[in-house]
Formats: sequence, C-alpha cells, structure tokens
Amino acid sequence: MDFPTFLIQLLNGVQYGLLLFLIASGLTLIFGIMGVINLAHGSFYMVGAYLAFSLTELIGNFWLALPAGIALAVLLGIALEWLLIRHLYRRDHLYQVLLTYGLILVFEELRSILFGDDVHGIAVPALLNFSIPLTDTLSYPVYRLAMSGVCLLLAAGMYWLIARTRLGMTIRAGAVNREMVQALGINVGLLYRLVFALGVALAAFAGMLAAPVASVYPGMGNQVLIISFVVIVIGGIGSVKGALVAALLIGLADVFGQVVFPQIAGMTVYLVMAAVLLWRPRGLFGSA
Amino acid sequence: MTDSKMKSAQSRRTFLKTATGAATLAATTLHAPYIMAQPSKVRVGFLLPYTGTYAKLGQAITGAFKLHVDEHGGRLGGRTIEYVQVDSEAKPAKATDNTNRLVNLEKVDVIVGPVHSGVAVAMVRVTRESGTLTIDPNAGAGVVTGALCAPNVFRTSFSNWQPSYPMGKVLADRGMKKAVTLTWKYAAGQEAIGGFVQNFTAHGGSIVKDLWVPFPKVEFQSLLTEIASIKPDAVFVFFAGGGAVKFVKDYAAAGLHNSVPLFGSGFLTDGTLKAQGDAAQGLETTLHYGDGLILPKNLAFREAYLKAAGREADVYAVQGYDAAQLLRIGLEAANGDVKAKKRMIESMGSAEIDSPRGKFTLSKAHNPVQDIYLRKVVGMENKVQGVAHKALADPATGCKMA
Repeated sequence: MDFPTFLIQLLNGVQYGLLLFLIASGLTLIFGIMGVINLAHGSFYMVGAYLAFSLTELIGNFWLALPAGIALAVLLGIALEWLLIRHLYRRDHLYQVLLTYGLILVFEELRSILFGDDVHGIAVPALLNFSIPLTDTLSYPVYRLAMSGVCLLLAAGMYWLIARTRLGMTIRAGAVNREMVQALGINVGLLYRLVFALGVALAAFAGMLAAPVASVYPGMGNQVLIISFVVIVIGGIGSVKGALVAALLIGLADVFGQVVFPQIAGMTVYLVMAAVLLWRPRGLFGSA
Repeated sequence: MTDSKMKSAQSRRTFLKTATGAATLAATTLHAPYIMAQPSKVRVGFLLPYTGTYAKLGQAITGAFKLHVDEHGGRLGGRTIEYVQVDSEAKPAKATDNTNRLVNLEKVDVIVGPVHSGVAVAMVRVTRESGTLTIDPNAGAGVVTGALCAPNVFRTSFSNWQPSYPMGKVLADRGMKKAVTLTWKYAAGQEAIGGFVQNFTAHGGSIVKDLWVPFPKVEFQSLLTEIASIKPDAVFVFFAGGGAVKFVKDYAAAGLHNSVPLFGSGFLTDGTLKAQGDAAQGLETTLHYGDGLILPKNLAFREAYLKAAGREADVYAVQGYDAAQLLRIGLEAANGDVKAKKRMIESMGSAEIDSPRGKFTLSKAHNPVQDIYLRKVVGMENKVQGVAHKALADPATGCKMA
C-alpha cells in the first residue's frame, strides 16, 4: 500500500466510522439511558430509508423530505413508547428482547405490504452529486464527505445536549436513579418518551442520510443492528463519547482488515471487540 | 441363565412377535382404504421464500409455475395440479424441518424449491433419501447436481459456476490480462468467482487480487480504493439484489467505471436496473437469460406473464416456468401416474425444454445444458449481445450419475 492509498483508506475508515456512530448513537441513548434493549433499532433505520424514498418521490425534493421524515420518525417514536415500550421498563430484559424482536417482524411485513420487495434507489441530491478526483483512477463522492460532516455536527450536538443542557442533566439523572428524579418532581415518563423518540429519530435520520448511497431494500435494517451493538458495547454502554471512539475504531479496523486480510475480513471487527473487552470488560468509556 | 430369566426372555420374544403381527395387520388394513381414498390430484409443494429478502423471487417462481399449469387448463398429463406452499424464509436452519413437513405431513408428489443455496443442500439431503421428485427452480449450489446429485433431483436454473464461467474467456479474448475479483464470502459467491477464474486463467489471464466482503455487508469504499490503486485490466464481481445496486452505484461514484471496466455474472444487473439508474449503463454481464432476448417463445412468455402477474418477467420467473414444463413432460410420459417414477425421471432427464431462454437439455446430473448470453445494459434492459458460450454444461464434480 503506497502512502496516498493509505491516506485514502484512512479517510474511508473515518468516514465509515462516522456513519456507524450516527447509526449507533440512537441505540446508545435508548440502551444506555433507558436500559431498554432495542432490537428494533435496525428497523427504525430501515423506516428512515423508506421514508426518504417515499417522501422524496412525494415531495420531489430530498432536502424537504428530510425534516418531514424526521418529524414522522419522532411521532413514531412517541407512539411506540406510549403504546408498548413504557410497559417494559420494570420488566426483565428478556421481555424487551421479545417485544422489540416482534417489532422487527412487524416492520418487515409492513414494508413488504407497503413497498413490495424490490430494491429501490434514491438519486443523490443534485447539489452534492459530484466527485472530487483524488488520484488518476479514483475520485471521492462529495455526498459521502457531506455525510461525515453531518455526523460530526450531530456528535457535537449530542455531546452538548447531554453534557451541557438542563434536559441532558435530567436525562443523566434519570438514568442513574429514576425514583429519585421522579421524587424531585420531574416527569420521568415524559422524559423517557422524549429520549426514546430521539433515539428513533436518530436511527431514522441515519437511514435517510444513507439512503442515496446505500439504496433501499428489504432486510437493510438487520444489517446495521449487529454492528451497532458492537459499537456501543466497545464504547461502553450509555457513553456517547465511547460510541464515537468505538465507531471510529471499528471503521478503521474494518477498512484495513478488508484490504490487508481479505480472507478474514468478516472477523476483524469482532477480534477488535474481543480484544477491547478483554482489556476493559465494560468497554472503553463504560462506568464501573 | 436362570430359569426365570429365560422365561422372561421368551415371553418378551412372544410379545414382540404378537405386537409386530398386530402392527402389520393394522398397517395393511389401515393402508387399504388410504390407497383407495388417495386424491386424484397431483400435489405440488412449493418450498420457497415468501417473506424476507428473497420474497420477490419466491413469488416470481410460484407465479410463473402456475402460469404454465394454467396454460394447460390446470392439468398436466391429465391430472389436476394442487399446490401446497411452505415459506422457506430462505433459512437453511429450518430447511430440513420444512422439507420433512412437505414430504411426510403434506405428502406432496413433487417439491419445487428453493431459492437459497443453503436451503437447497438441506432439502436435497431429505428428498434424495425419501425419493420425492424434486425440481430446483433457482438455488445454484454446485452440490445439488454435484456430490449430492440423485435420479429424482432436477434443476431448471443454473449452477453457480455456470453463468460466470464464460466471462473468463470473453475478457481474455479482449486481451485483458490482469483481473481483480470481488464477491461476498459465501458459497454462491465463491462458486461463481471460481467459474470465472478457471476460464480466465485457462486463457492466459491472471488474478492479481481476490477480494472478499463478509455476507451480506454492503460497505465497499475501502475495496474500491484498493482496486483503484491496483489498476487492473478488469474487475469481475458477483453480487445480487441490494448489494448489486449499492456496488454498481459506488463503483460509478468513485469514478472507476471510466478507468477500470466492471464485469459480473448477470445477477449484477437483473431486477436492479431501476434502482441503479445511470450507474449501470453499459455494464456487460453473462447469464442464461436476458430480458431483451428476441425469441418467439420469450416474447410470448413475457406477454403472458405480464398479464397474469402484473409485472415484467425476470430470470426467476423463467426458471419457475421451466420447472412446470419439466414436470409436465414427466407426467405426460407417465400418463399422469406420479407413482411411475422411473418413467417420469427417464423422460424428464432426456427432455428438451422449450424455454423462454432458448431450448435446453439436461445433463446426466440433471442440470441444464444451456447457452450463456453476453448482455449489455442499455436503458432499462439487459440487451443480449450474443452467445458467450454455447450449450455449457456444469462439470458436475462428484456426481456419480455423470
């Protein structure tokens, strides 16, 4: 590997890592703060992609479809929390796994009924639909770079929200001691509903953003689910900072693993996870 | 041995004798009315995916199979056909149970399925023992008509090796010397790439790097960078469905389509053209079918299928249609008697099937001996450029019948 290629691969790794962070951040919120194991996270990612697809067709503009899609995703999150998830906070994790696994099946079937089983594509928005030449044979799609920029902004925004705002403070407090926060007169039920909706919206937003490059197809959500769990486990459950570092680590491990050891490309990510967990069983930034 | 022990041993033997006798009696008396009450319909069991990623393929195969039966008034060889559908979910882990259900519980005469190669291997392990007539309308696993081949197992689609093998010579003939291969790391991908590599190296080409992506991952950016730094004469890939769409789009977005030509087996551009858009234009692939194939049989089939199913036919529909044709040939030869398995198998094995893809016969291992076309994406169609390999037979490695 020559030096320019190495640099481009580095860029690939960072770019993939940031996308992973975007996908996993919602899961970190829901799992880390609410303690709900949400297997349907991948389904929300898929919902986002299909929302982007159908709304872009409907409105005719990707940029207008984005806020509309986010609004719908927030509503979906609120409705699901109120209808189903809130009954599970005090129950064993197994119930949560069962319910959210059920949701995967429901969303897949709904998708099949509403959109069929074809593969759909969304055109990359015209504004960003060009590539920057890097070498004489390779150029880099600008949309991917823009995605990375959005992911960075979002990471900063989440850090600010959780670490610097009053809402973030109550969210953190609610995660540590739900009863105490309730006793202080804060509506924890509403707080959790907000967090869940935020998590759903983040997953859906990731799906919408990825739709033009990833295309839209059945089962797309299940593909991101496992890697999302890997990211939050390595990062330390509930830590947004940890999720960011872990996502970048996984992105780089994956990119270089694929090129340097193509025969075991599928394993590199899990080898990294095993190594990290041996070293720090609670993840990189997990609290003891 | 003491006296009492001998006695008990004896009585146990007597008991066993009586019990076996009773059981035999029961079986014969129970069996007789069952034979008389046997339905006069031929039961066809579909073991196909009706949910999940491959649902569309399952529907296409089912629809086209029924279309052919309906074209013959719902009867093949004078017998009315009835259907049992089992959703394979494309899950190999459930395949043995699902096949057993069709064979033992539903007592079907013929199994048509599956789509997924992993399901096919498990299914064939059951049916080659039970002797149930089996027609595979898609799954390309080499072993189905290779090491696991059996007289009662037929395939109307392809072996994974088959569609990509001819491309090796096509590229070598164009003077291309260095190629990079890339696919998902799973059996179908490996077999498909293997076919290409075998033919390409036999004609003087060499593989400078073989790249793999874990199935079903669709993040290709690092591999595209690697390809750009190697700058081979050609890239040959095997992808299908969502992965095919993403790969073709990423390849174009990286600007590689201008400098390193991309080739693949036909699944790269089949049923995916709309989603791929401009990125797929001009791509050349090899497959045993092309939607733009100008044959009277194909045109008629496409029209009838469009009318019946409400959507354009694809390669999967063709394979399902031919599965029904093959069954018809067998039933007609046996005058509708599904129990005359030997005659059915003989006539099916030596059949010439007038397929929308063009006429084909079956090899001794019961895999199609068929023309593989070179196709090029023009607009929303895979336009057939010519025959890349005439009457190509799978090597049927490990098959004792071949």
